Amino acid sequence: MRVYAVDVLVIGAGAAGMAAAAAAAREGARTVLLERGERLGGVLEQCIHPGFGLHRYREELTGPEFAHRLRGELEDSGADVLTGITALEVFPDGPKVKAVSPRGLKAFSPKAVVWAAGARERPFGALRIPGTRPAGIFTAGLAQRLLDLEGFLPGKRAVILGSGDIGLIMARRLHLEGVEVAAVLEIQPFPGGLTRNVVQCLHDFGIPLLLSHTVAEVHGRERLTGITAVRVDEHRRPIPGTERHIEADTLILSVGLIPEVRPIEGLVALDPVNRGPRVNGWLQTEAPWLFAAGNCVAVFDLVDTVAELGERAGAAAARYAVGELPAGKKVPLVRGENVTALVPSYLDGAAEGARIYLRVPRPLEGVTVDLGGVVRRPVRVARPAEMIGITLDGDALSELSRREEIVVEVKRSG
Amino acid sequence: MRIAVIGAGAVGALIARELCRYEAEVILFEREPDVGWGVTKANSGIVHAGFHDEPGTVRARFCALGNALFPELAAELDIPFRRTGAYVLAFTKGEFSTLRELLVQGEANGVPGLEIHRREEVLAQEPWVNPEVVGGLWAPTVGITLPWELAIAATENALKNGLELHLSEPVVGIEVSRGRVRAVRTDRGRYPVDAAVNAAGLFADRIAQMAGLDGLFLHPRRGEYVLLDETTGSLVNAVLFPAPTPVSKGILVLPTVEGGLLLGPNARDLPSDAREATETTREGLEEVIAGAKHLVPGLPLHKTVKTFAGLRPESPQKDFVLGETKVARFYQAAAMRSPGLTAAPAVARWLAREIALAHGLREKGNFNPKRTRIPHPADLPEEEWARLIREDPRWGRIVCFCNRVTEGEIVEAIRRGARTLDGVKFRTRAGFGRCQGGFCTDRILAILARELGVAPWEVTARGGGSRMVLGEVRP
Amino acid sequence: MSEKKLVCVSCPMGCELTVVLEGKEVVSVSGNRCPRGEEYARAEAVEPRRVLMTLVRVEGGMDRVVSVKTDRPIPLRLFPKAMERVRELSVKAPVTIGTVVEKDFLTTGANLIATRFAR
Repeated sequence: MRVYAVDVLVIGAGAAGMAAAAAAAREGARTVLLERGERLGGVLEQCIHPGFGLHRYREELTGPEFAHRLRGELEDSGADVLTGITALEVFPDGPKVKAVSPRGLKAFSPKAVVWAAGARERPFGALRIPGTRPAGIFTAGLAQRLLDLEGFLPGKRAVILGSGDIGLIMARRLHLEGVEVAAVLEIQPFPGGLTRNVVQCLHDFGIPLLLSHTVAEVHGRERLTGITAVRVDEHRRPIPGTERHIEADTLILSVGLIPEVRPIEGLVALDPVNRGPRVNGWLQTEAPWLFAAGNCVAVFDLVDTVAELGERAGAAAARYAVGELPAGKKVPLVRGENVTALVPSYLDGAAEGARIYLRVPRPLEGVTVDLGGVVRRPVRVARPAEMIGITLDGDALSELSRREEIVVEVKRSG
Repeated sequence: MRIAVIGAGAVGALIARELCRYEAEVILFEREPDVGWGVTKANSGIVHAGFHDEPGTVRARFCALGNALFPELAAELDIPFRRTGAYVLAFTKGEFSTLRELLVQGEANGVPGLEIHRREEVLAQEPWVNPEVVGGLWAPTVGITLPWELAIAATENALKNGLELHLSEPVVGIEVSRGRVRAVRTDRGRYPVDAAVNAAGLFADRIAQMAGLDGLFLHPRRGEYVLLDETTGSLVNAVLFPAPTPVSKGILVLPTVEGGLLLGPNARDLPSDAREATETTREGLEEVIAGAKHLVPGLPLHKTVKTFAGLRPESPQKDFVLGETKVARFYQAAAMRSPGLTAAPAVARWLAREIALAHGLREKGNFNPKRTRIPHPADLPEEEWARLIREDPRWGRIVCFCNRVTEGEIVEAIRRGARTLDGVKFRTRAGFGRCQGGFCTDRILAILARELGVAPWEVTARGGGSRMVLGEVRP
Repeated sequence: MSEKKLVCVSCPMGCELTVVLEGKEVVSVSGNRCPRGEEYARAEAVEPRRVLMTLVRVEGGMDRVVSVKTDRPIPLRLFPKAMERVRELSVKAPVTIGTVVEKDFLTTGANLIATRFAR
């Protein structure tokens, strides 16, 4: 097996990976980007709706257009790109990455690796919903690929479980393509996706959103024939007597994304809430040569953020490859009140320009994000669907990096 | 001599394969579009030791025999089989005395190696077991396998040895005249036969009725399961049983050959006509989880990848119905409830010999017992994987990222008879990983359509009306 | 005078806007945190406009469809008619990103453009 020596190896050519590879190459690192699919862009290619790029490009782009911009940046950067190649194993000593493609088995011995493999969808089976197991049950991303990449009609009448953004987007896409969307069910008492998507995907077309509802049972032997919807109480337990049958041949699930960490999960510590690797302000994992960016770290709300983090990880990996990445004392960030997703897991004073991203567990009004009592940022409305990003200035960073730990919490203001 | 075998589950497929050892023309009929899709498909996959069965039963006789045949069978058919051993766990003094009864019963049935272990010994072997355990019966011969892979492999091997396989062809009648079976009728035609074997699983009583026999009564017993992902299998080493009840072996926790953990089954007796009631229920899944947590409290349930249910054929006599019937040349391997999978190789060998002896069939000189599995290059040494890719680059294209299944494997599965998405999944494990097909269903669909020469919207999950997509969005 | 409550969708902030209308005239907008919010409210209260994104059939290629969008928002009320029109259209492969599939789509002034490559 041939072994290729490179400075930075980036795994995954979605928004994070493309941005990371471009940034690493711009720093002068010999960079190779591996993509398991045939095209670059990851899930962006199937996200044909607009809403991407407002922060990064100051215009509203569709997913494929955003990917196209990033491909341009990647091309200009001089990074090498390989498609149709799957990273199989990441070995800590070396480090070394084994990969396979129709051209054979290859090994890379990079000085630094950026893991940018994105997220997978939580499958139907994980929900333990009772009933039969007919055809016609799709995760939203799969339905999106079947419809918007392949041009297939997945069904005629759909129910969507979960009001995450992909679920809402799929509701609109299906409606426009003539698939009747009977309802969107959401187990929480508030929508899971961004407000703009609730407005523009559901309200615009009169698609009902049933909050505090879930699927109690699926029906049908061969293809789905319907589902039983049920209202749930505050503990998400079905309320007996509130069941109702909804006819549908298609059930689309938008019930969460899980960071993809397979070949690296034995190598580095994962954050139990984010479910991705614990990273510092440089997006560096606990294995110093391994960086991670994008939805494989935690699930982000905006591709703009994902690209920005990719860039940061790529540039840091390039600096690490030449021994120029500064390292300071690791100070753990600890979740206090009202914090779910939280990136990074550590800070150190050397990571200038680090941003902290967090999510709240439920909609909160009039709150303050408190970082170790040093930074206090008031937030008028905090929603679980939207990440809160906080940039640390030099003073805050040096103050925080003297601590033993930094408690991050979201408290009622005043 | 022409012999029909009705039902291509593990039992029927193994019987067909054993019959192919002899100078006979063997036809295997299956109502489903693929083999192993009935009772076989949703089975715990345990190769039992034989201590659960009361001495004197047909079950007891064939279970230990079947267990002993598994290593050789698995080697011949190249299917996964691992002797993990098993513990029956006792949590009370009463249960502990049950262990002693099981030990005595097992020894009477010829089960080797049974031992009673004290709490410390059990916890040293199985640190995740509920620390309230007081002891366990250790049964070293218990193993795990893939039941559907057994049915597939046995059928493939039988095909190589002259079997004629008829899928999607339900038997609708058995012609009997002058007390002897004469022909098998299906929805497609009439097949004159010299003998017939009823291995129709959950439908064996209906086949028996077609032959004019009325002594067999079956009802489905549903068992529900919860499967955890491939990172969880290392939590337990052996198959873990609770102390059995008079009704069932109880809800188990066991490692699967694929590296996951399987929890279940519960046991729910259903009315005789509920032969397709493979749905899971809220209460059933809760029961499975509670039962499994009793054995292993720290189960990572958030790693659930799927839940499913299977039906097992139960009869009032709670025992297998084997051998020739009062209709001459009409044989049965019916009511094969647990430990049916374990017993199947021994039952098949015995029944084929009975038929051969009765009809003076000679063994073929050229029977080849070997079948090789579809290569899974991710498990092969690098040089072998590289060689496969040089021969056909599709062995280097990963389609299912979770289980690292290549396009080469999928194409080979289709060449060997997969016609549906499930057919591909059960043969290759593509789509059986932690994303459960979220990333690869569209890719497998495209490969199936291309290889079968049909439109993607004609491809089904498991035959019939189970189409995956309905057509083009811009026809 | 009438009041309309809207959720601003110009960016993910999701400001809750209050629009005061005098007939079809917007008198005031409040609740916005940036000028785009006011712009959005003024337009949304009178005639909601959206970018349409959908698929167009590809002929003579490997891809069955290519994704398209209107290059500026069109009135939401035209969407059903727009989808009817889109079903009639097709483009010849290969298609490059940015290709105009139909000029002045439904005489809205917006062009329907490809947002992806199609082989």
